[in-house]
Amino acid sequence: MGKKVAIVGFGQTYQRSSRRDVNGVELINEAVTAALADADITIKDIDAVVIGNMDHFEGINYVDMWSVEGAGAVMKPIIKVTTGGTTGMTVAMSAYYHVASGMFDRVLAIGWEKNSESDTTGAIITAFHPVWERPNLGGAIAGLAVEASKYMDNYGVTERDGARVAVRERLHALNNPYAHLHQEWMKGMEVDKLVELLVTSEQNQMLAYPLRMSDMCPRTDGAAAVVFASEGVAEKTASKLAWVAATANRHDFVFLGDIDWDFNQTMGDAAKKVFAKAGIKDPLKEIDLCELYLPYSYGGLKWMENMGFCGPGEGPRLLWDKITDMDGELPVNPSGGVMSSNPIGATALLRVGEAAWQIMRKSGPRQVQKNVNYALATGFGGCSWADVMLLSSKKPA
Amino acid sequence: MGDWKSEVKNIVYEGQIKVPYKWNVGETGSRFFIGLRDKQEIWGVQCPQCKKVYVPPLKTCGTCFVNTDQWVKVANTGTVESFTVVNYSHGMQPAKPPLVYGLIKLDGAGGSFVHLIGGIDPAKVAMGMKVKAVFADKREGTILDIKHFAPV
Amino acid sequence: MEKVGIVGVGQTTYERSKEAPVDELVFEAASKALKDAGGDMGHIDNIITVSNDFWDGRTISSMAIQDAAGSWGKDISTVEGDGTFGTFYGMMRILSGSFDTTLVVSHMKGSEGIMNLITNAMFDPIYQRSLGIDATSSAALQARLYMKMSGATEEDFARVSVKNHKNAKNNPLAQLAMDITVADVLKSKKIAEPLKLLDCSPISDGAAAVVLANEKGAKRFKNSPVWVKGVAHCSDAYSLGYRDLSRAPALAEASGRAFKMAGIKNPLKDLDVAEVYDAYSYMEPMWYEGMGLAKEGGGKDLIRSGATEMGGELPVNPSGGVLSAHPVLVAGMARLIEAVLQVRGEAEKRQVKGAKTALAHGINGPCGQAHCVFIVGS
Repeated sequence: MGKKVAIVGFGQTYQRSSRRDVNGVELINEAVTAALADADITIKDIDAVVIGNMDHFEGINYVDMWSVEGAGAVMKPIIKVTTGGTTGMTVAMSAYYHVASGMFDRVLAIGWEKNSESDTTGAIITAFHPVWERPNLGGAIAGLAVEASKYMDNYGVTERDGARVAVRERLHALNNPYAHLHQEWMKGMEVDKLVELLVTSEQNQMLAYPLRMSDMCPRTDGAAAVVFASEGVAEKTASKLAWVAATANRHDFVFLGDIDWDFNQTMGDAAKKVFAKAGIKDPLKEIDLCELYLPYSYGGLKWMENMGFCGPGEGPRLLWDKITDMDGELPVNPSGGVMSSNPIGATALLRVGEAAWQIMRKSGPRQVQKNVNYALATGFGGCSWADVMLLSSKKPA
Repeated sequence: MGDWKSEVKNIVYEGQIKVPYKWNVGETGSRFFIGLRDKQEIWGVQCPQCKKVYVPPLKTCGTCFVNTDQWVKVANTGTVESFTVVNYSHGMQPAKPPLVYGLIKLDGAGGSFVHLIGGIDPAKVAMGMKVKAVFADKREGTILDIKHFAPV
Repeated sequence: MEKVGIVGVGQTTYERSKEAPVDELVFEAASKALKDAGGDMGHIDNIITVSNDFWDGRTISSMAIQDAAGSWGKDISTVEGDGTFGTFYGMMRILSGSFDTTLVVSHMKGSEGIMNLITNAMFDPIYQRSLGIDATSSAALQARLYMKMSGATEEDFARVSVKNHKNAKNNPLAQLAMDITVADVLKSKKIAEPLKLLDCSPISDGAAAVVLANEKGAKRFKNSPVWVKGVAHCSDAYSLGYRDLSRAPALAEASGRAFKMAGIKNPLKDLDVAEVYDAYSYMEPMWYEGMGLAKEGGGKDLIRSGATEMGGELPVNPSGGVLSAHPVLVAGMARLIEAVLQVRGEAEKRQVKGAKTALAHGINGPCGQAHCVFIVGS
């Protein structure tokens, strides 16, 4: 009946706006090498590889085949899984299922992207239906702006609330040497002052109301790799483990107009499923830390509600009460999150790796003080897709 | 319900994806292209473990999973290990068909190099033929800095 | 290991150009597979779709077909590669203990893009793509190397084409069912020498689906499963000039593992029928050798002996194979479906009598870089 699975290693490249010194395969190899080193194993110990990215961000077809030399998959099983923004988590889930199936002992999950190599928005627009949606709408920002303004109207949420999320993410990123955006000028400034600046400064360009530049994620070059191992093997591989307690995903309708913009149902349903599997009844109390795929600030409000961390309209309260800050009851994104680093195919896998490292207490300057028993990682992407994975310091029953 | 279909003439929506790309060659590949462009030289990298010389360069030897670090100049002559004469055309081909593609084992390289064979009647290309790189007059640091390989 | 079987299969017809959009093709294949299983979407625990953004001309191509695959409210993921690889993943999700059933769907509309440009994009953008190389020209380079290594001739490859197109006449879903001769193949238009038109698979549209279940999940359906006895996949290196293109070591590895799982010692004897991925005619004898059906260089002898024709010792591609319809991504799953039908005894006019154990094979990447091998049996 399936094996228990633990994460035994995590590695990433420095997340940067452009990595001109390496091509894609070489970038992938950096993350793989780092993950193997973190697990203290060699490529010979890896039984299978799962890789993911989005084809049109680099314009490379059959990336699983093209990358094998760098990924370490020569004469090994390798598959590519790809599901848009959720890709990094889909890769993690696939590696999890590979190991849980009992067919492989150690599986390497790789996510990567070189967003500097293409027109990211141009490529994202091709995700929309070529006949019905592509000619008149597209890109990630427009849809998210619709979601944010509807949410603000529903609950009297303000631009200051959104800016407060941005401030949290960017302040946390200052502790993460791997993060892409290091907004050093924020260092030592009062949160209120920063929020004020973000909502009033003319330099902070309004992209699509209510979303300003500071509300959005960057586009990043980077890669991440995570090693999953089966019970029995995992304990012998590493002394510090993060077990997979539960994972689930939900994907929504095809057309943007069919999505319920008042409630992020996919995120809510996937989280509910994971909590039920793991026996979590009060997520705010029982979960110790989150690494959430928040591509924009308002996700840090509304989606917290939809996942059940608080009631409808209460997202801002969690934030202003400092519950989600580094030393709060539920630290969210100590890494700085997606809004600080966004190598799209790797982004959700970074959430998994960062959450695992917090459990393993390997996070260095971004390690939270409190004990982390349960850490939640999510992926979010195109057409309101949501993938959730709950990690635990204890082997699940 | 079946009736309405007889009145429908299907519409085909014509489109194309236009996403511009710029691929970073990286330090390793850049050095290879600089050799082609500036000196008309072909360089490979050698795996420190299996000693195989890769042309074009591979930063990681996939078999040994170690970084290649030693640069080795290989000859601009080699042997045709395999070839094909392509008689169809498409938008990514650098010239009009017939085009001859070859797997060319350069003298000093550990494997073959995919490139074009030219300067010869396609019908006369043969396995095992010795060929030599013909460099383009205008070289810009791309794989087409070698125009093609021609019989020695 | 827990048993996983294929309890339902569904395919559209394969055609040069189908007018229905991809989601309708996926819905057709999925519905047929569920009907064949004797169940409905309510019996499906999770879904794997198989799609490729280049072939579909769309980022997150899986988004376009998830509703048609019935994924709302269920776990879903997408494999970008041949359908056999997607099926393998669907099977692992059952073995993980999280699900009892998986629906796997794959689709292709080769007619909507330009094959040469899409396959050109699988070559490295820095070192190879601007040369204009594509699936067919790279395969031609491999064919000639294989001829040199094995002594196989263009006539041998032509025999494969004749056999498979003839077999297709018994398959109502096939695209190219034809009575042709070796001479017809040899004098057909030169595409990329030594490959001629009739050595090459066509461009095709179509979709396929399978329903996978463990013993518990299978009880939900009226039909009985054909069990997966062995399965494995493996990838060779990418650098074309640094692979031994005349041999298929990744196939040897994958089939070796699958045979071991299935307890197969002598594949030529122990298998009753095989469906292999003959994207180009030369591939079939080459894959024979990779799978150990023939010794190195002996693929041509197996073809010449007639052992792989209908009525031979091991009929290969009774469906007509990929040469008779090549919906990329779907084609390996179509091989698997044919293997299931053969084991069930439901392959109608192309039935191999008494078939109990069948092999199905899918490939991925240029020149068969990666191979996935399934052994199914009653």
